[in-house]
Amino acid sequence: MAVTTVDSAPAPAVVPAKKLGRGYWAGVLRRLARDPVAVTAAVIILLIVLAAIFAPYVAPADPYKSSMIRRLRPIGTPGFLLGSDELGRDMLSRLIYGGRLSLVMGVLPVFCAFAVGSFLGVAAGYAGGWLNTIIMRTVDVFYAFPSVLLAIALSGTLGAGILNAIVALTVVFVPQVTRVAESVTTQIRNRDYVEAARVSGAGPFTIVRVHVLGNVLGPIFVYSTSLISVSMILASGLSFLGLGSKPPEPEWGLMLNTLRTAIYTQPMVAALPGVMIFVTSISFNLLSDGLRSAMEVKA
Amino acid sequence: MLAFTLRRLIYVTPVAIGVTVVCFLLVHITPGDPLTAILPADATLELQEQMKAAYGFDKPLPVQYGLWFWKVLHGDLGHSIATGRPVATEVLRAVKNTLILATVATLIGFTFGTLFGFVAGYFRDSWLDKLASFVSVLGVSVPHYWLGMVLVIIFSAQLGWLPPTGAGPDGSGDWRPDAAHLRYIILPAVTMSVIPMGVIARTVRALVGDILSQDFVEALRAKGMSEFGVFRHVVTNAAPTALAVMGLQLGYLLGGSILIETVFSWPGSGFLLNAAIFQRDLPLLQGTILILAMFFVMLNLAVDVLQTALDPRIKRG
Amino acid sequence: MTEPASDATSDPAFDPAARDRGGPAQPLLSVTGLVKHFGGRRSWRGETKGAVRAVDGVDFSIAKGETLGVVGESGCGKSTTARLVMQIIAPDAGEIVFDGEALGSRALDLTTYRREVQMVFQDSYASLNPRLTVEDTIAFGPRVHGVGRREATGRAHDLLFKVGLEPARFAGRYPHELSGGQRQRINIARALALQPRLVILDEAVSALDKSVEAQVLNLLLDLKAEFGLTYMFISHDLNVVRFMADRVMVMYLGKVAEVGPSDVILKSPSHPYTAALLASMPSMDPDARTEEAPLFGDPPNPIDPPSGCRFHTRCRFASAICANVEPRLAPVARPHEVACLMAQPGSGHPRAAPLRENAA
Repeated sequence: MAVTTVDSAPAPAVVPAKKLGRGYWAGVLRRLARDPVAVTAAVIILLIVLAAIFAPYVAPADPYKSSMIRRLRPIGTPGFLLGSDELGRDMLSRLIYGGRLSLVMGVLPVFCAFAVGSFLGVAAGYAGGWLNTIIMRTVDVFYAFPSVLLAIALSGTLGAGILNAIVALTVVFVPQVTRVAESVTTQIRNRDYVEAARVSGAGPFTIVRVHVLGNVLGPIFVYSTSLISVSMILASGLSFLGLGSKPPEPEWGLMLNTLRTAIYTQPMVAALPGVMIFVTSISFNLLSDGLRSAMEVKA
Repeated sequence: MLAFTLRRLIYVTPVAIGVTVVCFLLVHITPGDPLTAILPADATLELQEQMKAAYGFDKPLPVQYGLWFWKVLHGDLGHSIATGRPVATEVLRAVKNTLILATVATLIGFTFGTLFGFVAGYFRDSWLDKLASFVSVLGVSVPHYWLGMVLVIIFSAQLGWLPPTGAGPDGSGDWRPDAAHLRYIILPAVTMSVIPMGVIARTVRALVGDILSQDFVEALRAKGMSEFGVFRHVVTNAAPTALAVMGLQLGYLLGGSILIETVFSWPGSGFLLNAAIFQRDLPLLQGTILILAMFFVMLNLAVDVLQTALDPRIKRG
Repeated sequence: MTEPASDATSDPAFDPAARDRGGPAQPLLSVTGLVKHFGGRRSWRGETKGAVRAVDGVDFSIAKGETLGVVGESGCGKSTTARLVMQIIAPDAGEIVFDGEALGSRALDLTTYRREVQMVFQDSYASLNPRLTVEDTIAFGPRVHGVGRREATGRAHDLLFKVGLEPARFAGRYPHELSGGQRQRINIARALALQPRLVILDEAVSALDKSVEAQVLNLLLDLKAEFGLTYMFISHDLNVVRFMADRVMVMYLGKVAEVGPSDVILKSPSHPYTAALLASMPSMDPDARTEEAPLFGDPPNPIDPPSGCRFHTRCRFASAICANVEPRLAPVARPHEVACLMAQPGSGHPRAAPLRENAA
């Protein structure tokens, strides 16, 4: 027992203590950095994201420039490092540019769902009562649809388009995030420290801001990151069906669709966009897994 | 048990009604009037009004919903705009093909998923666990429509062993359980099985790991029970949850088959849905979604009740 | 009393002595008819059935500057009483009067009341937000009540010093970096940050090691003297209560069994339940050990408490009348009050009159 007794200690100086990087998230990041799988996944994601952002500088050719005489070149053709597509456009450039739309369409819905779902779930969980009933019963209804069906039904009725696909996917993920947020918040709400805060005379908004959000957003965030992989697959899937982006925009799912005709002539080239979706999706999954186990260690 | 079933049924009813509301509203969030899809582009204003009245679109939304719901209760989902046939018959025929495909896929996925999960859970943190876990991560991360394409490339385009598309040699016909049709289901079913395999493997791994780390297993070993006896205990304890996950996966596959059915031109509900979307055949779209969602709701209910019946630890009288 | 350590504590709004209204004779807290039932279903006739009668008509008062110990087995309603007094849960019935002002009146709204009354919880870990540093946790209350950030931090550092934790070392730490005893010191500092006059200590030392427990108890006594505090000290450990309390209130199944000065209650109790509790304490003196089991069985189900005296199902002296007549809390010798028919002359209990003469 190291209890400091301060009978003869000098009067304390009023200086707010520095947080010496011993905070919760610092610990999570430190543990994450020690997980080789998660680090590899993070590096891959970073590379894909950077390539997408700096596509004009990285891509060797114009992703829109087609050439009737250079269609469906195999991988390794000089000038077409990863071959060319059915319209003679450079595959490597299109894959690099394609990351832009694919990532936005995959990540943005999860981000929106994280914001909306956290709001709804925390409100339902902290307020309880009739507000909880209304929100959670509505969530149950949306849960009654398999997510792929709901995404396709919504973007099918809203009509093809990138924005509609993002809206549809957001609607798919909001109920899932809300459920997690609600259950985490309900647990936190009954903790002694929340009661202690109430005893201090704090109002519900102050308590939620100071004591609830800090403890629930982490778990909700980790859950949300596990949705990115599904979201990437679904978003590209919508484009694959013709419900997302439209030609000639480079997007991995759409490229996969238009290259379907080439599976007999250039199978390797035709499969390439899928490899990109696969690699991105699995990297997000592994990173999310790593993040979860880094957070599971008792804080 | 009966009381529990009834209570679940009462709980599910408002959810099911909510599902019908969402399906009903789907048609009304479409840009423009639902009629524009039916009417010829040069229709007169008078004809438009007539059609509106005929379809009841001039009434307020809740009334429209009531009328529609009443018809749905009597099995009338309207008529397909493209074919003119009743939506209910079209959808049920397609759902049968999807159900066959999804069931086969779930069985394949369950078999391999439990295998991987058991190996991983039993030899936790060994290289076998790492391998099995990695395979299951692959399963949940792979874009299955792409996997379908890859399998077609390998087994149809390159090797020529299996047909790339369709449900049978007779073109657009339904799938039948005979030798000629069997070859057609292999590729789509294997493609589809990858998702439940990954999910079930993850679940079983966690279950087995949990059970093995519990005190009662130590006690059984200490009492001198054989490894086989311990294994049996693990199986009986893991089975209810694993089966429940399998049931839910079947539901997800039923609703999520559209991408795979599109890749393989499988004449199921997903294929139908795809056609309905691109022909803007709204009654067909609405009917397909409604039936698939209702199927999912009922399947969830069945899984919930069965799991309770199977699991001695859950007593919800 | 030492002089306040900084400007923050000399603020008259936060000076407990300046807030005294009724003088020393007026009880700081007086509670009457406190009732809380949990759950249960309301029948069509409007009766509530199947409810857990956690607190079922409790009256008590706490004088200024005293420590009231509350004892009883788990489930007797002592923690519920604390939470009701603290207004964490709303009572079904009952009145709380703080220094002459009824809670809920215009003179005493909930916010004001909550600055006067604070609580220390049992679980030192669960009662600290794991994402806040020690100083942020302590400063939270004052910040809520409109104290500026600098000043609140200053007060937090003062209090850390007062509870024996050097601010420079501990202010920036997180709960998981502290020991159980240190965490409970933080909880005490947090409760004192609003400069309350009454502090409810709900099993505040029960989870601590014996050696640490003693240190924290001594700290509590020091703080009480320094800040002129009044304590409501809840514990199942009679030894600890003997050390801390001026008066003791014994609870059984949601009711008060006996209340009085601690030296009286813990030496010569009048209620058989109190006697049984005392007898079940392990004694250091081999000659004083009892051979018989003082208390048999578990407490009855609070959903359906026994009729008459709630203790009669486990009482060695129970007679037929105990199942029919509910004893009221009545004085044996002021200020010692007991709810037992044996202690009430003319109650009809066979042992009523002689037992009282013996006790006197």
